[in-house]
Amino acid sequence: MAEPVGFFTDSSICIGCKACEVACKEWNQLPGNPPKFGDGFDNTGQLDAENWRHVKFVDLVPDAPTVVGNGNAWLMLSDVCKHCKNASCMEVCPTDAIVRTEFDTVVIQQDVCNGCRDCISACPFGAIGFSAITGAAHKCTLCYDRLQGGMQPACAKACPTQSIQYGTLTELHKKADARLAALKSQGYDNANLYGRDDSIYGGLGAFFLLMNKPEVYGLPNKENAVLPRRNNRPGYLGSLVTAAVGVFAGLIAFRRRAPGEPAAGDAAVPPAGAP
Amino acid sequence: MTNHWRDIKNTDLILINGANPAEAHPVGFQWFMRAKLDPARGPGKGGGAKMIHADPRFSRTSAVSDMYLRIRTGTDVAYFGGLSNYVLQKNLHHADYVKNYTNASFIVKDSYNFKEGLFSGYDRKKRTYDADAWGYETGPDGFAHRDKTLQHPRCVFQLLKKHYSRYTPEMVSTITGIPKDAFLKVAELVGEMGRPDKVMTIVYAVGLTQHTTGGQLIRSGAVLQLLLGNMGRPGGGMNAERGHANIQGNTDHAISWEILPGYLKIPQPGQKNIDDYVTKSAPKKSDPNSWNFFGTNYKKFLVSLLKTWYGSAATKDNDFAFSYIPKPLGNSSWMTIFDRALQGKMQGLMLSGMTATSIGPDSNQVLQALAKLKWLVVMDPFPTTSSEFWHGPGMTPASVQTEVFMLPTTHWIEKDGSFVNSGRWMQWKDQVIPPQGGARHDHWITAELFQRVKALYQKNGGKFADPIMHLTMDYKDPHKPLLDEIAREINGKDLKSGKQMATFAKLADDGTTTAGDWIYTGSYTEKGNLSKRRDGVQDPAKNDPTGMGFYPNWAWSWPLNRRVMYNRASADLDGKPWDPKRPGIAWNGSKWVGDVPDYPPKMNPKDAKAWMPFIMNGEGGGRLFSSTMADGPFPEHYEPMESPVKNALHPDNSASPVAFLYDKAAGRENRFGTPDEYPIIATTYRLTEHEHFLTQQVPHLVQLAPEPFVEMPTGLAKEKNIKTGDMVRVSSKRGKMEVRAVVTNRVGQLDLGDKKAWQVGIPIHWGFVGVAADLHPERSMLWLVNALTPFVGDASARTPETKAFLVAIEKM
Repeated sequence: MAEPVGFFTDSSICIGCKACEVACKEWNQLPGNPPKFGDGFDNTGQLDAENWRHVKFVDLVPDAPTVVGNGNAWLMLSDVCKHCKNASCMEVCPTDAIVRTEFDTVVIQQDVCNGCRDCISACPFGAIGFSAITGAAHKCTLCYDRLQGGMQPACAKACPTQSIQYGTLTELHKKADARLAALKSQGYDNANLYGRDDSIYGGLGAFFLLMNKPEVYGLPNKENAVLPRRNNRPGYLGSLVTAAVGVFAGLIAFRRRAPGEPAAGDAAVPPAGAP
Repeated sequence: MTNHWRDIKNTDLILINGANPAEAHPVGFQWFMRAKLDPARGPGKGGGAKMIHADPRFSRTSAVSDMYLRIRTGTDVAYFGGLSNYVLQKNLHHADYVKNYTNASFIVKDSYNFKEGLFSGYDRKKRTYDADAWGYETGPDGFAHRDKTLQHPRCVFQLLKKHYSRYTPEMVSTITGIPKDAFLKVAELVGEMGRPDKVMTIVYAVGLTQHTTGGQLIRSGAVLQLLLGNMGRPGGGMNAERGHANIQGNTDHAISWEILPGYLKIPQPGQKNIDDYVTKSAPKKSDPNSWNFFGTNYKKFLVSLLKTWYGSAATKDNDFAFSYIPKPLGNSSWMTIFDRALQGKMQGLMLSGMTATSIGPDSNQVLQALAKLKWLVVMDPFPTTSSEFWHGPGMTPASVQTEVFMLPTTHWIEKDGSFVNSGRWMQWKDQVIPPQGGARHDHWITAELFQRVKALYQKNGGKFADPIMHLTMDYKDPHKPLLDEIAREINGKDLKSGKQMATFAKLADDGTTTAGDWIYTGSYTEKGNLSKRRDGVQDPAKNDPTGMGFYPNWAWSWPLNRRVMYNRASADLDGKPWDPKRPGIAWNGSKWVGDVPDYPPKMNPKDAKAWMPFIMNGEGGGRLFSSTMADGPFPEHYEPMESPVKNALHPDNSASPVAFLYDKAAGRENRFGTPDEYPIIATTYRLTEHEHFLTQQVPHLVQLAPEPFVEMPTGLAKEKNIKTGDMVRVSSKRGKMEVRAVVTNRVGQLDLGDKKAWQVGIPIHWGFVGVAADLHPERSMLWLVNALTPFVGDASARTPETKAFLVAIEKM
């Protein structure tokens, strides 16, 4: 197997130009969804079968005559399939259509996918979409075909500011660490690496430098980013407690409501015909 | 650009005004980010260049800037003037540079004065200035008097200091809306850039150009850069970002009516011969140490041009066919053409490479103008708002009598040829696909048309046939010239040896050389087409020997492959670079090394007769004061024609006193609105998702930005109960557009002293033609932003004021 590769997407220098979105569609021959107004700047809306890169815009610009930009006020992030080490989509795929490639990337084999959409509900990032045309699930392939040809993915190639960088994960981790250190030294205390270590689904093949907390970008944070099937005793315990409370509450409710008696709330209902 | 895109990585401080490079030039923008990420750059101890974006709205450029300043549109003269004042008051200017490399020491005639917003020489009736009132005081030798101590009360330096002393931080704040403390923070950073070891760049685009004060808005930045000693230096300069891949090439080859190729002036009526023309057009030498290279060689450039056009028909005896060149009776700028059409004074019009309906100000008026033509030819790869103008909103197709011919032309991917980028690089490109369908190249259509007109003259004769009959079409197939042949022809050749010219320095005025555009001489030599060269980052050590990013064998940069213009000014009087870490050129004892010198390559700087550094103008120094502008020798702040406030500096002369008022001159009704009816300041801009109007035909891009909208402040939207996505009607005195609202803090309110005003922004890209228009049968929704803009232009350039006007907004 080749050395694991992936994306490092540095949101601090993203300029929201969407060259990645278009380059992706051009290379992968995605016609795109019918034009629809979103909010003027984000009219793509989400990752789906037609959009494998999606630039998210988070407007935190204060109402002030002077603002420090520096990637902090109007946040832009080119979102993409994360190619998780612990990939929920792979775990749930009943036909083994989703595989890990020789590049350590996660790819849906179109000819094996039966269109059950389990992966779509399993993906915590909403990175997969269903195409009514092909009847199969689609997402970023990290340009598997280009990688086989020794080329970098189309989005990274098109990115004008090198916000999207492609390379071996070892290399990218080094670059990301250096960039984070530089930002921290300039006083960007909120800057953080997302998916660089194994805290997010075992580590992400497409990881990010964020300028704010993950949840600000609509990404699950460390506490939430775990697979349901591993190491989640606290989760089971929590469910048990919830279930117990539910049963208990139910019992109380039914006990107080003997047959024929109106439910507590019904007393407020006025008799029929009242004004 | 005086410099070039890659050079921006060399800077310490970036001021961006009237531009949005992250969106309009995302690829070039990488060099801004490199400067920001380079710890060796920046003010103080470095740590990365700082980027300051002063703009009416917080854009994607602001998002990565160190500081965003919400500035009122059209007030950048006050901003730059205020910075100049700060620099002068605190003595932070680059003293050696200002004294030796600018016209600071030149003494101005005592007929010059400035009172209540008017310079001397003003004719109120004609609304023009007589620039003679602003000349230098000269001696019998014709040279200007100078005071190198800069103490004379009428030397440029003292006049400049006095002029901008009114631009106090408080005044800047009142005019621009930028809070005083924020302005002073910027001023502090800028003030540091007068040090020889620091350098700043100013980047601008049509956000400065498209105003009634456009020329002066740009000049005010250039004045600041001269004071700081940043012109001619790597990492410095005054850098215009051009709006199309080849707009720079367009300008160089005289797309504008008032020039011939290579920025030679268009001859005026009454100029009977070349010598008369040259005397009235060429810059005059005003100092013994000024080379005045342009002025000295003006005649050579013109004669070589005439020899290119008229070949053997241009002889010494007929004054090289000077009489063949049209001498326009009056202004023939873009707006003048449509103004004449509107007055019914034009029969027909050919549009090539642009759609008048979308790009012109006051589109309703432009539509009426097109409807008064007998015929209209549109040459374009796609249907445009001009080829379809007769069914634009508000038009009644049945009543439009104009006959429209649509000639499908090739798209740039269907032809080879060159693009000249903002940084003056002429880069050759290949044809990607052959022409589709029946599309023909624009230049083949023009050549064919010419051949047919010529045949008619041949057959029927006609008045003054010589310019048609004698025009050279020295191509293998004169009906289908190759762009390679044209590029070769433009470079020019030595008619005695038949060899391609290597430099314009060898052009002659005796008819023995040709040059279709002297600034391109050297681009296509005996070595071949140099714009095809591609020695780039594949081997930086070899291809960029200075490490400054010049890459001399990558394509070709005019003039003479020089990468930074005025680079003599990058070194001190002795020829040592001001900043040894960032050299432009340097004197090594026997010659200049580094970039291609903007100076005689072997002229010893220590020679008493060494030329001053700015070899292109008569002074030899950068012009802090200039008598070449129609609206004054110093940039002065004037309000846009439509403004919610009176000019705080001189309320009685609030707007430009010399802007040309087309409607008034033609006797049409007044089309300017008042702040009572239209209280909101509006500006227009582009988005990264589209390229002007062309990409309305590209589905992927229409998906990214499918509909027009207005960005409006949260507070204003609250007043009017408007939410993002609501339809609103935006109207001006001239028209309306119905668009979606985008409610955001990215635009906001301006505090203008005693008054507060809202400011909104509207992107330009949509119209009633294209993918989105086809999806919306109610096409008025896709009406043009220029339905709102005023039909008035800059005094010097007549560029329309599409960036500052007043509107009202209501919820629909």
